[in-house]
Amino acid sequence: MAAKVVTVTSGKGGVGKTTTTANLAVALACQGQKVVCIDGDIGLRNLDVVLGLENRIVYDLVDLVEGRCRLRQAMIKDKRIPELYLIPAAQTRDKSAVSPSDMVRLCDEIRPEVDWILIDSPAGIERGFRNSIAPADIVLVVTNPEVSAVRDADRIIGLVEAEEKGPARLIINRVNPVLTKRGDMLDPDDVLELLAVELIGIIPEDESVVVSTNRGQPVAFEGTSKAGVAFRNVARRLQGEQVPFLNLQENNNGFFGRFTRLLKPGRV
Amino acid sequence: MKTNSKSADEAKERLKLVLIQDRTNLTPGQLEAMKNELLEVISRYVEIDPKAVSIFMDQEGREQRLVADIPLKPAASRRRTR
Repeated sequence: MAAKVVTVTSGKGGVGKTTTTANLAVALACQGQKVVCIDGDIGLRNLDVVLGLENRIVYDLVDLVEGRCRLRQAMIKDKRIPELYLIPAAQTRDKSAVSPSDMVRLCDEIRPEVDWILIDSPAGIERGFRNSIAPADIVLVVTNPEVSAVRDADRIIGLVEAEEKGPARLIINRVNPVLTKRGDMLDPDDVLELLAVELIGIIPEDESVVVSTNRGQPVAFEGTSKAGVAFRNVARRLQGEQVPFLNLQENNNGFFGRFTRLLKPGRV
Repeated sequence: MKTNSKSADEAKERLKLVLIQDRTNLTPGQLEAMKNELLEVISRYVEIDPKAVSIFMDQEGREQRLVADIPLKPAASRRRTR
C-alpha cells in the first residue's frame, strides 16, 4: 500500500474542518479503506472528541515526533470499524513542537501501511497550517457559503498553489437549501465561480451533525442523514468514483425533494 | 432582473471585489492611482477622452487581468482642437 495524504484545511475557523476530517475518515474506513487520521491542531486538539476516542489517548503526535513512543503506540484504533486509526495532537504544547519536515517524515513512515492519511489542519495560515500541508498529496479546502469563509478559502487556495500543493479541491459545508432558494445564502455555483477550483463536496446543513458530534459518532457511520450521505459521496470521489452533485439550479418540484432524491443512499 | 433584493447577490458582488483586492494586493485607492498614472502617461503621446476610458480587473479562472479599453481621439480632430 502507498497511502495518499489528504489535508483538510480552510483558513477560517469553525467552518467544519474537524467534522469533515472525522467523517471522511469514517466513510473511507467503512468503504474498506485503511485510514490513519492525524490531528494537526497542536494545543487545541478536537479530532479525538469528534471521533469519540478522547478517553483512549496515551501518546500523541509530539510524543511520536520527539521519539517517546513508536508509531504503533501513538495510533489509537477505532474499535467500531476495522481499519481506522487516530494520531491525536498534543494538548499542552504549541505548534512549534512539530516542523513541516517532521510531518513529511512521519507520513512517509505511515504511507506503506495504509491507504489514506487524513490530516486535520488548524485554522489560520501559520505554522500549524504549514505543518499540515507539507506532506499533502491532495488538499481539501472547506468553506461555508458566506463572505468571510469564502474570502479565507480564496486566500488558502492561493497559498496552497504557491506551495505547489494545488490545485486544491473544495468542500462547501453547511449549505442551507431554504436560505439558498430564498436568495439569502450564496449558491454553491456562485461560490465555485468566485473561487474557480474543482468541487469535491456539497454538504447540507444537518442537525444530525450536531447530535452525532455530541455522541462522538460521526454521521458518516449511519445510513440516513443527508450530511452523512454527502460525506460518504466525497469519500467515494476521493477514490476516483464519479458521483453526481446535487443541482441547485433545478427546483421544479421543490428543492428539498430534489436534494433528498440526489442524496438517497445507493444512488450514484 | 430584480433590483438588488437578494442578500446572496450582494454577498457575491462584494466578494468579487474583495477577492480582486486580496489576489492583487491592491487597495481600491491604489488601483485608482494606478489608473490615473496610466492615463497620464498615455496622454503624453496621444489624445484621449478620460470619460470614454474603461480600466478594470477581470477574473479568468484564478488569474486576474487588468483590462484597459482606451479609445483614442482621431489625429484629425486632434489637429483641429490644437
